[in-house]
Amino acid sequence: MIALLRRDLRLAVRAGGGFGLGVAFFLILCSLVPFGVGPDSGALQPIAPGILWLGALLACLLSLDRIFALDHEDGSLDLLATSPLPLEGAVAIKALAHWITTGLPLIVAAPLFGILLHLPAGAIPSLLVSLLVGTPALSMLGAFGAAVTVGLRRGGLLLSLLVLPLYIPTLIFGTEMIRRGQQGGDAATPLLFLAGITAGVLAVIPFAAAAALRVNLR
Amino acid sequence: MTLLAVHDLVVARGGLRTVEGVSFSLAPGQALILRGPNGIGKTTLLRTIAGLQPPVGGGIEMAEDAVAYAAHADGLKGALSVAENLAFWAQVFGGGGIEAALSAMALEPLADRPAAALSAGQKRRLGLARLLVARRPLWVLDEPTVSLDAASVLRFADMMRGHLSEGGAALIATHIDLGLDARILDLTPFRAQGITPSRPAGFNEAFA
Repeated sequence: MIALLRRDLRLAVRAGGGFGLGVAFFLILCSLVPFGVGPDSGALQPIAPGILWLGALLACLLSLDRIFALDHEDGSLDLLATSPLPLEGAVAIKALAHWITTGLPLIVAAPLFGILLHLPAGAIPSLLVSLLVGTPALSMLGAFGAAVTVGLRRGGLLLSLLVLPLYIPTLIFGTEMIRRGQQGGDAATPLLFLAGITAGVLAVIPFAAAAALRVNLR
Repeated sequence: MTLLAVHDLVVARGGLRTVEGVSFSLAPGQALILRGPNGIGKTTLLRTIAGLQPPVGGGIEMAEDAVAYAAHADGLKGALSVAENLAFWAQVFGGGGIEAALSAMALEPLADRPAAALSAGQKRRLGLARLLVARRPLWVLDEPTVSLDAASVLRFADMMRGHLSEGGAALIATHIDLGLDARILDLTPFRAQGITPSRPAGFNEAFA
């Protein structure tokens, strides 16, 4: 399992792996918004939590189809399925690798992008915590979508249609948590919901995704 | 003692039965070569035995985690070097002996080259070297000699003899003569009769 994680990370960092693509997309999105809605903080501040989370969702979506598609194309997926590694474990590891290459850089860069959107300094901790707790669910749900669409030509678009609705609960509670951080409210309730969603997703999705992969390998 | 016993196996591809009633067994040291015209279901049969799809009927008896499968795609990552690709599969399968595997397929001079820069035949050799690091007793091979040159085919036959002499077994779909002491099973007589789609049990009742 460690070997699979190391390989996926190494592939992401090497040429053509797309490491940092998500952050670059996030940066462009967050710097485009002030051009679109105007740079005054009165307009930006209320929408900043939503923009930050939407940016995170879309940045995450960019690299989802690579989770299994590349391994399917070159036959690695067949070999992984016949290896002693349980397919559920392989799914979890690949989702973890996706989170490390996409989610983690987003979290590190998010405070900077918060400033671009005039997010008050007091809301930065809740931004960080909400992303830290919420983004693992994004990667895992994405792995499920990627498992369902693996082997389809142009599966990327279908993947977005499948996965984005599943992101809605995370989006709602993630933005709510930042908003409460912004206004000085109690952020514990949205945080608990966010953590509950992530925990449930992490527990269930590896099995669902592995089942989808088995069907698609036939 | 047998490594693999297949009874009355029926396999299907895309819901259509391809071959049915296939029975054979493989003991350590034995190799079985599958023959038959294109489309008869050699690949489907091999994928079923490798556990990538369930059989439609009949049974497959073998130890768990016994199969090393190699098909048309070699499972190589172009961004990793030859040695890194092998090391990854060795770790996944809990095997080792990367040096020996490299030398068996004469890949040492290429060990540090990215797999993307290999020719088709060199990739194939790397894909076959993976079998050695997987340390599995039963090799299930689908057209292993595609794009290999004559010298590499001989090298592969040597590797195969070594595997068989160490108590391994092999099931190979191939059209060329490897010069192995192997039984040959022609799948033509097992071609599925009648082209009826194999519907799930209870389907007709549900819609009657």
